Amino acid sequence: MLLRHTPKEVTERSALTINPAKTCQPVGAMYAALGIHGCLPHSHGSQGCYAYHRSALTRHFKEPVIAATSAFTEGSSVFGGQANLLQAIDNIFTVYNPDIIAVHTTCLSETIGDDIPQIISKAKAEGKVPDGKYVIHANTPSYVGSHVTGFSTMTRAMVDYFAESSGHKTKTLNLIPGYSEPSDMEEIRRIASLMGIQTIMFPDTSRVLNGPLTGKYRMFPDGGVTIPELRQAGSSMGTVALGALASSAAAKALDAKCKVPCEILDLPMGLHGTDMYVDILRRIAGVNVPDSLTLERGQLVDVISDMHQYFYGKKVALAGDPDQLLAIAKFLVSIDMIPVYMVTGTPAGKKFEKALREVVKDAPCEVKIQMPGDMFLLHQWIKQSPVDLLIGNSYLKYIAKDEDIPLVRHGFPIFDRIGHSYFPTMGYKGGLRFLEKILDALLDRKDRDATDINMELVM
Amino acid sequence: MDALEDIVLEAEGLTPEKVKLEMLAKYPTKVARKRARQIVINKVGETGDVPEIQANVRTTPGLIGQRGCCYAGCKGVVLGPSRDIVNITHGPIGCGFYSWLTRRNQTDADASPDGHNFMTYCFSTDMQEKEIIFGGEKKLKQAIQEAYDLLDPKPKAIGVFATCPVGLIGDDVHSVCKEMKEKLGINVFGFSCEGYKGVSQSAGHHIANNGIFTHVVGTDDTIREGKFKINLLGEYNIGGDAFELERIFEKCGLTLISTFSGNSTISGFANCHTADLNLIMCHRSINYVADMLEKKYGLPWIKINFISASATAKSLRKIAAYFGDPELTARVEAVIAEEMPAVEKARDEIYPRTQGKRVMLFVGGSRAHHYQDLFRELGMTTLSAGYEFGHRDDYEGRNVLPSIQVDADSRNIQELEVHPDPEKYNPRKSPDEMERLTREGLPFNKYDGMMPEMPDDTMIIDDLSQYETDKLIELYKPDIFCAGIKEKYIVQKHGIPMKQLHSYDYGGPYAGFKGAVNFYKDIDRMVNSKIWSYMKAPWQKNPELMATYAWE
Repeated sequence: MLLRHTPKEVTERSALTINPAKTCQPVGAMYAALGIHGCLPHSHGSQGCYAYHRSALTRHFKEPVIAATSAFTEGSSVFGGQANLLQAIDNIFTVYNPDIIAVHTTCLSETIGDDIPQIISKAKAEGKVPDGKYVIHANTPSYVGSHVTGFSTMTRAMVDYFAESSGHKTKTLNLIPGYSEPSDMEEIRRIASLMGIQTIMFPDTSRVLNGPLTGKYRMFPDGGVTIPELRQAGSSMGTVALGALASSAAAKALDAKCKVPCEILDLPMGLHGTDMYVDILRRIAGVNVPDSLTLERGQLVDVISDMHQYFYGKKVALAGDPDQLLAIAKFLVSIDMIPVYMVTGTPAGKKFEKALREVVKDAPCEVKIQMPGDMFLLHQWIKQSPVDLLIGNSYLKYIAKDEDIPLVRHGFPIFDRIGHSYFPTMGYKGGLRFLEKILDALLDRKDRDATDINMELVM
Repeated sequence: MDALEDIVLEAEGLTPEKVKLEMLAKYPTKVARKRARQIVINKVGETGDVPEIQANVRTTPGLIGQRGCCYAGCKGVVLGPSRDIVNITHGPIGCGFYSWLTRRNQTDADASPDGHNFMTYCFSTDMQEKEIIFGGEKKLKQAIQEAYDLLDPKPKAIGVFATCPVGLIGDDVHSVCKEMKEKLGINVFGFSCEGYKGVSQSAGHHIANNGIFTHVVGTDDTIREGKFKINLLGEYNIGGDAFELERIFEKCGLTLISTFSGNSTISGFANCHTADLNLIMCHRSINYVADMLEKKYGLPWIKINFISASATAKSLRKIAAYFGDPELTARVEAVIAEEMPAVEKARDEIYPRTQGKRVMLFVGGSRAHHYQDLFRELGMTTLSAGYEFGHRDDYEGRNVLPSIQVDADSRNIQELEVHPDPEKYNPRKSPDEMERLTREGLPFNKYDGMMPEMPDDTMIIDDLSQYETDKLIELYKPDIFCAGIKEKYIVQKHGIPMKQLHSYDYGGPYAGFKGAVNFYKDIDRMVNSKIWSYMKAPWQKNPELMATYAWE
């Protein structure tokens, strides 16, 4: 047994987190910053932080993940990290020449209380920021929220630093894709462009973290939202923010700063989630939905109906980020699966928990939700009453193996499979892929469990 | 040593001096001056003396390198790979999360009578803003209590690791651990391994060594059976390396008391002072424990290396020479004779395809040295190498130890004062015997470092930066580059195969005899792969449209 010390009986814990279903803010900020074209994320902390974040993102994407650090020593921890950051800014522009440095803080620099805007001003005053180059920042203390909060805060910083209203609205729509994969970002944009809508998406990690192998390494790949685009986002006709936790801060900031109205939706996962997204796009832009998109929708409905018998009544345990949990739970309920256990380490608030409970209110059995909760607790619930399927990140495979339950990998991090960077789980096509993954897991298990007598060729 | 044979490079006028200048040219003056002392062109003198390299100094902010932090070195190195201890990270969630199962320390829990294995778990106090403001000691105490209460069966040891903010807010992890040790009656101890301490993981290794020596080593005096008792230090069982070594030791009739730390247990550490010889693999991470064991218990240490078949054979012979038992010597020779044919067969088959290929290694604190032996066995040349967190002694040899300046960053890492144990100190060999063995070619407490074994004119680079990585690849176009996960896909985007020497790219084992064969095969696969020729599409190779189809 891999998790041999996990007891079946749940006991109250108030201080110890075991097998967390979240990680810390800075990694989310680093991920978001990689979605700006020509950006070098910078971790203002000791060098372990950026080493860990770069490693985690590299393992997840199997792509270069570049970032810099202030490399705090004991001295800088006592006297503050200003000298380190000033030196870093100078070195980065001299040696690596990015268009922009996106600084995020850490628990270390936040506890010390370094004032990043003041340090950036000083760097500018000292001529360390070349003309036409930028340094932005986000405060991302690791002891508040989670990686989702960090993503959200850095995305908001893009608005705070760049968005400006030109006085007249363009026909462009802003898309904030949430803490999603590069493939999902591509899909979200593809749907809008099928509808003939011009978009600015930020952040945008497609073609940054799913780039080609050409034999030539480029520290700053083609992808990412550009600074002119971020500026123009303040003149767009509206913003569609996907995933309330990851995206609403930026959308609301843009509304407050530049009077760009916003709609905050669930992540467009599954039939209804994507329907909502497409329908909002249609109404905001005043366009018709093209037949090609309606066809994609029809194909998803077709597969749901073809394979409904295998979904119906199956119990699922989920661990992941709040926006993903909500969207996946809705998708699962829509195809008559039952998300019976759900945990996220991210403190998403009472309102969110209520929304999640609402999704499963008609479930035919007890549904357990814990937030913040951890995978240790999820495992204990499973030991008490098992499920048919697990959905979550790679760490769930330890539970999957011990309890012999099929697993569909989704979320962050996925260290042991590929696909998430290239094939979306959002939109209708993404919905199809997600269903395919669920079916593969369930039906492979059915084949494995079949006896010589009841093995089925056709399913 | 012979100068690096590379006609092509010479023809291009690409001397190491020029390469060095080119790498430094882009840096701001102060940075260039500092890096110039960390980039050294090797020259081995007649007495084995080498140029001085600056190492174990602060990383320049903004330069982008490979290093991690003190916490990573401390939690990762000694206790992380030990299965029968609950390791609680005291801090915000990230540090515990990132160090959760991400090093490939394999362990065989069923080999222990108690079957304890907590390595698959991540325990954290998940500090929140409240604790940053009001202190986290209460939460830590409660977390230790909860770990003890709920895990089944109960742990016999709990380790606590402090992260950056813990040091800043002044939580005293040691007093909390002391209190909980008394309360629970199990071993509970803490490490002040805040990430900002020292200049790399190396500081964490030292702190871990100190902690384990203070709280665990020597607490179990059980004398285990066995005629030739050894400890293996600095072997982390990546990809099953330790299993291969255990197999070889058993075959040779050697009794392994404890490994620091791979497939390891706290019980093993507690008992390690009953062994008769310490073998040091990774000098950087563990030499402190070896020194302290010698001072306190009279246990001598020798440097060995089980990476490569020839190094393994040499190391086994050293062990046999130490014990000086004819039966053991015969058995070791028999094992070598039995194991080598398979290794040689694999090597002979692969050698023609790897001979002459060129390597760069920038990794860890010993691997950049040890793996050169394996590449040599494949006829491959090391063009350039360096450590991520090595010290001068790992480059130049321990004879430079007295001349290493202790700077502010190192001074803050405690040096334990160790004296002979009044009851347990027992020198295993008399000074005369030690002297005789040294004369006969078995030096104690000696490590010559990486540079004396490298050809003249190779580039030795400490704490390599991303810029230098790209430059080296661009200028030298090596056939394979070795480093860690952060560098993996960057190097491969350049179109050059990259071998991870921390995680072995999820392969291995590479240690010992069977490991050498695995390594030969992996390197053959990588440097001779056709996949590196796929990068250009047909229309990129022949962009001009010579003729078009006339389909109507």
